[in-house]
Amino acid sequence: MLADEDRIFRNLYGFDDWGLDGARRRGIWDNTAALLAMGPAAIIDEIKKSGLRGRGGAGFPTGLKWSFMPKEVGERPHYLVVNADESEPGTCKDRDIMRHDPHLLIEGCLVAGFAMKAHVAYIYVRGEFYDEAVKLEAAIRQAYDAGLIGRNACGSGWDFDVYVHRGAGAYICGEETALLESLEGKKGMPRLKPPFPAGAGLYGCPSTVNNVESIAVAPTILRRGATWFAGIGRPNNTGTKLFCISGHVNKPCNVEEAMGIPLRELIDKHAGGVRGGWDNLLAVIPGGASVPLIPKSICDDVLMDFDSLRNVQSGLGTAAVIVMDKSTDIIKAIARLAYFYKHESCGQCTPCREGTGWMWRVMERMVVGNARIEEIDVLHDVTKQVEGHTICALGDAAAWPIQGLIRHFRPEMERRINESKTRRMAAE
Amino acid sequence: MPKMKIDGIEIEVPAGISVLQACEMAGIEIPRFCYHERLSIAGNCRMCLVEQEKAPKPIASCAMPVMEGMVIHTNTPMVKKARNGVMEFLLINHPLDCPICDQGGECDLQDQAMAYGYDRSRFHENKRAVPDKELGPLVKTSMNRCIQCTRCVRFATEVAGIEDLGATGRGEQMEITTYVQRTLTSELSGNIVDLCPVGALTSKPYAFNARPWELRKTQSIDVMDALGSNIRIDTRGREVMRVLPRINEDINEEWIADKTRHAIDGLKRQRLDRPYVRRNGKLQPVDWTEAFDVIATRLKDVAGAKIAAIVGDQCDAEAMLALKDLMAALGSSAVECRQDGAQLDASVRGAYLFNAGIAGIDRADAILLVGANPRWEAPVLNARIRKRYLAGKVRIGLIGEVPMDLTYPVERLGHGPSALDDVAEGRLAFLDALKGAKNPMIILGQGALCRPDGAAVLARTRVLAESVNAVRDDWNGFCVLHTAAARVAALDLGLVTPGGIEGVFAGCEKGDIEVVYLLAADEFDMKRLGKAFVIYQGHHGDAGAHRADVVLPGAAYAEKPGIYANTEGRIQLARRAGFPPGEAREDWAILRALSAVLGKKLPYDSLDQLRQRLVQANPVFAALDRQEAGAWGTFGTPGAMGDAPFRSPIANYYMTCPISRASQTMAACTAVRQAQQQALAAE
Repeated sequence: MLADEDRIFRNLYGFDDWGLDGARRRGIWDNTAALLAMGPAAIIDEIKKSGLRGRGGAGFPTGLKWSFMPKEVGERPHYLVVNADESEPGTCKDRDIMRHDPHLLIEGCLVAGFAMKAHVAYIYVRGEFYDEAVKLEAAIRQAYDAGLIGRNACGSGWDFDVYVHRGAGAYICGEETALLESLEGKKGMPRLKPPFPAGAGLYGCPSTVNNVESIAVAPTILRRGATWFAGIGRPNNTGTKLFCISGHVNKPCNVEEAMGIPLRELIDKHAGGVRGGWDNLLAVIPGGASVPLIPKSICDDVLMDFDSLRNVQSGLGTAAVIVMDKSTDIIKAIARLAYFYKHESCGQCTPCREGTGWMWRVMERMVVGNARIEEIDVLHDVTKQVEGHTICALGDAAAWPIQGLIRHFRPEMERRINESKTRRMAAE
Repeated sequence: MPKMKIDGIEIEVPAGISVLQACEMAGIEIPRFCYHERLSIAGNCRMCLVEQEKAPKPIASCAMPVMEGMVIHTNTPMVKKARNGVMEFLLINHPLDCPICDQGGECDLQDQAMAYGYDRSRFHENKRAVPDKELGPLVKTSMNRCIQCTRCVRFATEVAGIEDLGATGRGEQMEITTYVQRTLTSELSGNIVDLCPVGALTSKPYAFNARPWELRKTQSIDVMDALGSNIRIDTRGREVMRVLPRINEDINEEWIADKTRHAIDGLKRQRLDRPYVRRNGKLQPVDWTEAFDVIATRLKDVAGAKIAAIVGDQCDAEAMLALKDLMAALGSSAVECRQDGAQLDASVRGAYLFNAGIAGIDRADAILLVGANPRWEAPVLNARIRKRYLAGKVRIGLIGEVPMDLTYPVERLGHGPSALDDVAEGRLAFLDALKGAKNPMIILGQGALCRPDGAAVLARTRVLAESVNAVRDDWNGFCVLHTAAARVAALDLGLVTPGGIEGVFAGCEKGDIEVVYLLAADEFDMKRLGKAFVIYQGHHGDAGAHRADVVLPGAAYAEKPGIYANTEGRIQLARRAGFPPGEAREDWAILRALSAVLGKKLPYDSLDQLRQRLVQANPVFAALDRQEAGAWGTFGTPGAMGDAPFRSPIANYYMTCPISRASQTMAACTAVRQAQQQALAAE
């Protein structure tokens, strides 16, 4: 279990003051100029050494991502864009950072922006996060007034502006290039890659898009050193992570824990255990709606980090643990997710536009068993036709939950089909 | 030049092209729907997925730039699976209505479904229904068939420069629409029908008229404007069913204007299909012999000096030369082609050509439009200027009254000759733009020339062009934009009279000219011909035929082989797609037959012989499909210029010639456009 002194998010629950005074008490903005004095190259190097992997879901090494930015500013300015469009079902970590500890994020923006030679950071906040955006704006104002950002931020000689932009609540705008499009005032549709944002991002300028949590942890890593961060968790899956535990647990919560904590320990220690006890567990979606579920047999001993979960054909994603006990209609649950992806598909590219609707409709029939056994295979084939063939990862995200369901709960699907058939025949 | 390997073929390709283009260079066809060479890359159909070694997922070949050492596979199971999958997705919500779809037989979806589709459906849900959209008289929609490739949207925004089309909704609910229901406000809207890879956008006038395999295809040249756009005329039997563009990078690229495409129903209406002679004030049908006899009788003992001829805007060079030869044999040199009164100077070729060439627009870095409204006078050329604007680093100035958006921003410098003076004398800063430009271009429209002071404007513009170094050995930016397809060839043949068209009119009014021969000339007030005896040879019962004393039925452009010189002076060959109706004949043959009756037999018995004579008359006609700047000289007549603003001679884009005036489609377009303008004015 993570020691209290190793926590980065010390006001995750909002018990303390969210404002500047509280932030300073928690060590935020403590001699930030000294961090900047390290110089951009050293900061990026330190982040690389810490092994921090992106907290937005894909787990791409953050330091490496920062190093893709041009080393010198050319004709076009550099931009830091913070992805606060947290819309993955089950995920609510960025929200708590923004409303309870916004200065952590703002300081992170300054450090990360400085490391990438950006003078401007845009924070793209999910439209529904009204209070969060208001708090964040207030915190930014405090930081400006205290000279922490703005001209000569923290006395470092670096000018740095932070802007908050509120989205309109589309899931797809959490995809980094769709976010950039939306930020530019266009329809939120993912861009083709290449070019990658580090080459041509916001307004065609070199940009880096990072998740709120990735940015928020950066200053603490620099203060306490890469070795400290790398010492937590497991190799290649280092550091602390915010887990969002929801569903059929006794005490749903957000909690900061070490990477690689066993799933069972996470649920039992922090969420008060599964409703009705561990044996009442049916399955867990370990990383937000888009990753395949894992049944209890795997949950028993799986570790919560990128590599362990990938080994069981799931993923850490945003570390949003959705717990489902045996009262769950698992097919209906996944059908609901299929509806979500159908609803949130941007419609730009064919496999996702057409496939998500098809998958959802078949899933709805699977819920009541109004299908033929062979259709399970067709459904699986359709998910495979969507996966990997789309512009962005939404296609994959729509396909994986269904693949997970078929992989682990095919007998239940077949049982329901057969039952329905028997019922129909009896009625005739 | 990156080297890459595609399906085992080693190939060196130019840097910066896409994998899809590289595959085509290697001779491998990649299926696609959304990709189009002339539009931005959308990458949304996902049909062009190929496998790249070391890439975890298949890549969209249309959007992926080539890189050194790339290894691409297009025939692996992964690629096959991807294509099959995408094809299945495209088809699940596509109606199975091919038998009643106008795209049938030339449908990309149909063709590619044959190659990459499954032979049966696994989709058991209800298909999506999408409401059809009303896009005006030219484009018919059947939105259930739409595969959301967005080609039409990209064409409208990028090439046509109108933001009428877009996609609303997301996911399955995404629809291509005009936001607020309205007709497309572009003169290039017909092209979206060609671009649509499925039957969602089809041609409204052509709806349910023919199947592509019934049509005979003839390569020809358009005469609706002076660009000489390359077209393909599709006919069934005698009937012209439709007109499609042919690719010519130097002229129309891949586009044609709506009038070019849709005025063809005018070829079936108001046609002159037999000779007429006016008796007791009424035109009465006669046969050819009788008509010729009436002409011969009237011309007897009339001195050559009392005969004049006016040639129309859509005549082929052969007919015009035959007329000139006939007139010469009758002792007259009065053949006039500038029926709109344009003060064009035929002394040197550089004086009346679009010297830089249409493709020269791509190289121009400062463009001054003088008295031209390219959007209506040559929509395809206007799209080229827009393309130049989108490429960046160009300044575009406009002198003249153009009460519309040209689809690119222009600096409006003034309305009339005084603005031209202001530029030339440096009172307007645009002079610096022209002077500072590497390739300055001045586009002189007919609105600046069809006026009493036209010759002075011409001279003023020439001097301006010379002073900004627009006329050099390697670049001639002096460009005359014509509106008449026949004009340049006529000027090449020297069909001008010293007094111009006004001289001819004055002669008629005074009685000095007793006989006027109109070769399909309809674009002036026929009252000006006074009491002259008028012979009208042409294809439509338009103004000329109404005034005529003898009507000789000729052939329209689709019904005769002919040579045309476009505004650049490019000589192009049009082929015959059909035959003229009834007793109508090809124009040169009518003149040849008439010459025999008049006892002045022209020295050619076949079109080939006439063409030899044509080359003899002016060797430029021998150089087919070539464009170069014309000889330069001192032309125009320096003098005082008036105050009247430059106005384009075209008041209604959709009706500019006998064919388009006879077209119901063009009438419908006119009505819609007028209604739009009224609605706009009411706001």
